[in-house]
Amino acid sequence: MARLPRALTLIAGDPGADRSVPPSGFTAWLTLGAAAAMAFLAVFVLAFSAATGRLADRWSEELARTSTLRISAPAEEMAAQTAAAIRVLEQTPGIAAAHALTDEEEEALLAPWFGSDLPLAALPVPQLIEIVEEGEGYDAAGLRARLIAEVPGAVLDDHARWREPLVAAASRLRLLAFVSAILIGAALVAMVTLAVQSSLAANAQIIRVLRLVGARDVYIARAFVRRFTLRALIGAAGGTAAGVAALFILPRSDVAGGFLTGLGFAGQSWLLPLAIPVVAAIAAFWATRAAALSRLRAES
Amino acid sequence: MIELKDVAYTYGGAELFSGLGLTLAPGSFHFLTGPSGAGKTTLLKLCYGELTATSGEVTLFGEPRRGLSRDQLAMTRRRIGVVHQDCQFLDHLPLAENIALPLTVAGRGDEAEGNLKDLLAWVGLTKQAGQRPPELSGGERQRAALARAVITSPDVILADEPTGNIDWEMSQRLLRLLVELNRMGKAVLIATHDLELIRAAKAQVSARVLRLTGRKLQMAGAEL
Ligand SMILES: Nc1ncnc2c1ncn2[C@@H]1O[C@H](COP(=O)(O)OP(=O)(O)OP(=O)(O)O)[C@@H](O)[C@H]1O
Ligand SMILES: [Mg+2]
Repeated sequence: MARLPRALTLIAGDPGADRSVPPSGFTAWLTLGAAAAMAFLAVFVLAFSAATGRLADRWSEELARTSTLRISAPAEEMAAQTAAAIRVLEQTPGIAAAHALTDEEEEALLAPWFGSDLPLAALPVPQLIEIVEEGEGYDAAGLRARLIAEVPGAVLDDHARWREPLVAAASRLRLLAFVSAILIGAALVAMVTLAVQSSLAANAQIIRVLRLVGARDVYIARAFVRRFTLRALIGAAGGTAAGVAALFILPRSDVAGGFLTGLGFAGQSWLLPLAIPVVAAIAAFWATRAAALSRLRAES
Repeated sequence: MIELKDVAYTYGGAELFSGLGLTLAPGSFHFLTGPSGAGKTTLLKLCYGELTATSGEVTLFGEPRRGLSRDQLAMTRRRIGVVHQDCQFLDHLPLAENIALPLTVAGRGDEAEGNLKDLLAWVGLTKQAGQRPPELSGGERQRAALARAVITSPDVILADEPTGNIDWEMSQRLLRLLVELNRMGKAVLIATHDLELIRAAKAQVSARVLRLTGRKLQMAGAEL
């Protein structure tokens, strides 16, 4: 529990420790630039993940809404064909339940188009049967063949099923985005570690003097930690801002009508990129601390 | 406080000295002389733990040097003020901050204020406080190094050629400072070639003069 406050003082600072090491232009720009570039990429990975997520959600929602069987038959045959269809459906593997819609349910379904005072009984409205799938689902071709033989008036409507592999692909894309995010973070950590090590090497004489006057490793590390954390924070903030701005410039989906539902965020998820600079700063903090302490330890 | 027993030191095969014994007790005042290259600076480095003895035992404030962790060594160094022969400053910081550095790294930066002003005045560097070390003369840097060594009021003060580039009058002021600290109970060891300085000190305190020569440490003869 004492770790967090200590971490905060490491960042917020000890200007004394910070001043004891001169700022070095090269490593400063390296860290700033790397953090900015990584944050820029991270914005797109996040946006990509959010977009595929939305797509997968919508598609799987449509999938879950079952397929339907529509029976159009003369009024006197309707009841018999409905019963036959239900029997066929119940025997088909992969179908959990089949439910013939009642008049009231059909009325409710049609009300948005025709109003609620529809004389359903007097109209040749087809009978609808709702099919709820289970497991891997059913074999649509086989079912159709059987229905042609046994229920001539039946039409199987399974238009949503073709999206099934797409939903699987979308979730795989999300995983890909997740892996990319981790790789981006790892690259930033590697870059910061290299920059810290080069900075430590360049300041060897200063570290020697600090040691001679009784500075402990944590004091020396602090000068580097604070600086590199701030650089990563500022760089990542810049990169994130640039990434978000670039997303705004992208054409909206309803204009372009593309395959993806628009790369970007929706509603509150626009706040998501705010996490990028914070995560970058935390990563840089630990990377610097670990690199500095391990190197100081190895030195003597 | 600092004790060397039967100590030998070897730089890559070449033995510098051996069988060396030395005790820096509270209130003691030592001079260390000897020809250039005899190993005076090396002996001082053993005393503040920058080097570890090739053989023998070095004890710093009751703890064997070998057993000290890195953090413990840092804490030990805070009790020892050192004037390095080559000064060792942070060149990017102004002189005042360099002199206050031992306090800063010990988290006692707020104590610097008054002390620092008095010290700067005593060593005649008030005007140079804002300058960076590379902009100063050799003598000015040595005076600053002495000020840095004593700012924490350490238990032991080790000075390596502190008056090498300094005029006689200023040397006397620096010596006065060390004598005053010695009277407060600090142990002082000065490595020097300056016989005049040793004579002047002997007039003020009972100082022992050691001579490092021919790989051995001896008490100097009566000529001093
Ligand atoms: N890091 C080192 N590696 C190898 N040899 C060294 C090293 N430091 C010092 N020496 C050698 O050890 C010997 C003693 O050096 P030291 O600096 O202790 O002498 P000194 O008595 O302080 O001389 P001076 O009076 O000139 O300051 C010298 O011959 C020097 O060449
Ligand atoms: Mg020397």
